[in-house]
Amino acid sequence: MIFYILRRIVATIPVMGVVALLVFSLLYLAPGDPAVIIAGESASTEQLEKMRKDMGLDQPLPVQFAKWIGKVASGDLGTSLHSGKKVSEMIGARVGPTLSLATVTILLSLILAIPMGIFAAWARGRWLDKSLMSIAVLGFSTPVFVVGYVLIFLFSVKAGWFPVQGFTPISENPLRFLRTVTLPAFTLSLAYVALVSRITRSSLLEMLGEDFIRTARAKGASERRVLLRHALRNAAVPILTVAGSAAAFLIGGVVVTESVFNLPGMGRLVVESVLARDYPLIQGLILLLSLVYIGINLLTDILYSVFDPRIRY
Amino acid sequence: MNTLPHSPSVESNELRAIRMRRIALFLHDNIFAITVLALVMLAGLLAPLLTSADPDFINPGMKLKPPSAEALFGTDLLGRDVLARVLYGTRASLLVGLLVALVALVVGLLIGLVSGYFRSLDGVIMRVMDGIMAIPAIILAVALVAIMGANFITVVTAIVVPEVPRVARLVRSVVLSLRSEPYVEAAVSLATPTWRILLRHMLPNTLAPLIVQGSFIVASAILTESALSFLGVGLPPEIPTWGNIMAEGRRFFQLLPGLVFFPGLFLSLTVLAINLLGDGLRDRFDPKLIKRA
Repeated sequence: MIFYILRRIVATIPVMGVVALLVFSLLYLAPGDPAVIIAGESASTEQLEKMRKDMGLDQPLPVQFAKWIGKVASGDLGTSLHSGKKVSEMIGARVGPTLSLATVTILLSLILAIPMGIFAAWARGRWLDKSLMSIAVLGFSTPVFVVGYVLIFLFSVKAGWFPVQGFTPISENPLRFLRTVTLPAFTLSLAYVALVSRITRSSLLEMLGEDFIRTARAKGASERRVLLRHALRNAAVPILTVAGSAAAFLIGGVVVTESVFNLPGMGRLVVESVLARDYPLIQGLILLLSLVYIGINLLTDILYSVFDPRIRY
Repeated sequence: MNTLPHSPSVESNELRAIRMRRIALFLHDNIFAITVLALVMLAGLLAPLLTSADPDFINPGMKLKPPSAEALFGTDLLGRDVLARVLYGTRASLLVGLLVALVALVVGLLIGLVSGYFRSLDGVIMRVMDGIMAIPAIILAVALVAIMGANFITVVTAIVVPEVPRVARLVRSVVLSLRSEPYVEAAVSLATPTWRILLRHMLPNTLAPLIVQGSFIVASAILTESALSFLGVGLPPEIPTWGNIMAEGRRFFQLLPGLVFFPGLFLSLTVLAINLLGDGLRDRFDPKLIKRA
């Protein structure tokens, strides 16, 4: 088991390397001279020369990459072109809202999605199943920002229950925090709920075809017991895997959701950095979010092997 | 379409009848999705006939008007007719969706065939694919557009890049499972050239899953394009798209919700129809895909 976990961790190293290489090369994909991009169009030739020397842009690319990796590994993501602040500090200031949003979203999604999947599997083929699964496809197909505006319209503008935009940290005022985070979390959770409820239903249905289910039924177990105790337990592993790997969905959705609700999180920082063409900030953000994604996948895989004793590598 | 290994010469009338029946059943089951898609396509193609308004005509006297008989969906900040913009916007969205799917399928197919068949290249190619997949799609696309500048080609490229790895993985898994099939081994032992094995034995078997995957890519590409436009890094603002109509309208959302809702409705319905169609295609033509993907 420990050997497997170690091997799984080692296996993420090349993926991280490729991500780092991709992120590093972003600056060189841009049309024009990186020194001009960083110093600005108005820089003089001498300034550019000095810039190249200072930043090591005059050295061969592999050397630059190695140096950059070294800096990144020690936590130095460089300085923002726009504000002159450290990239790591700028990102750090934005982690709070994003983390809150993600946590509430995941909790909300699981509370909604798993019962939806169980009910759909229980009512398989009947109208309840069909309508639940239609809602799921709908949730999967409606863009995050459309959902966001529909919810704002119904619950903020018309009903006045929630503020239209803005964010209050939980440490400041827990009640206001809930009021500001509920709509964004609902918005972001919809696609996730769709995905998780679909996989819950299909893995339950797959389990229901197994022999041990027939045995349980033959023993006279109630349908409720068969579903919740026998089928759900065995279906938990695929559900967990999909829930984990769909985190990428969430990370992408965060960017749009924060923009709709004006939350001062990392997602909006991505958009701000892109609009300002602040390359070190873009690089830092992509690198960090990708590492989070790789980390979540790694964790999912490890949990998978812990929960399912049949899996041995 | 048919995944059974068969040669065209032995195909009997019965086989053809079975295939026709399958297509008829597919049409019957997916009538809603097909109707919606047909309507959306017609709306885009026939936009000049459906509305006499010019989507780019700026009319300062008609700023931010609510829906009325003259402008069914109202007008935007520049006094442009929103209905006309939404109808013309259909063109950009569908074009981007189809183009992205086509390019992603072709590129992913080539990468997947090479990776699955030539084992020495497999490790490197798949690590690169894993790396691309580890970057959330929207963020990768946003960054690529930011760096390359926003025009039609860069936006399509930026949406294609995150889609390629999934196609490549799918094709690779099909190729890997076929390599040990007796008829492929027979072909190898008869010294069939590699390109012929790939073309004759591998390619046809990837078609069914690819068509299914392609329909999902069209849906996700339309979503990504509209999200990019919405965030302000999509197609240039002079091309109306559902995303940038919403982006321009969001500031006046409380006053005129239609500026966001009408394009949003078109967008959601289109993506829903394509996803349903993809589900239908998968159930009817490639039931194995669920396990494979």
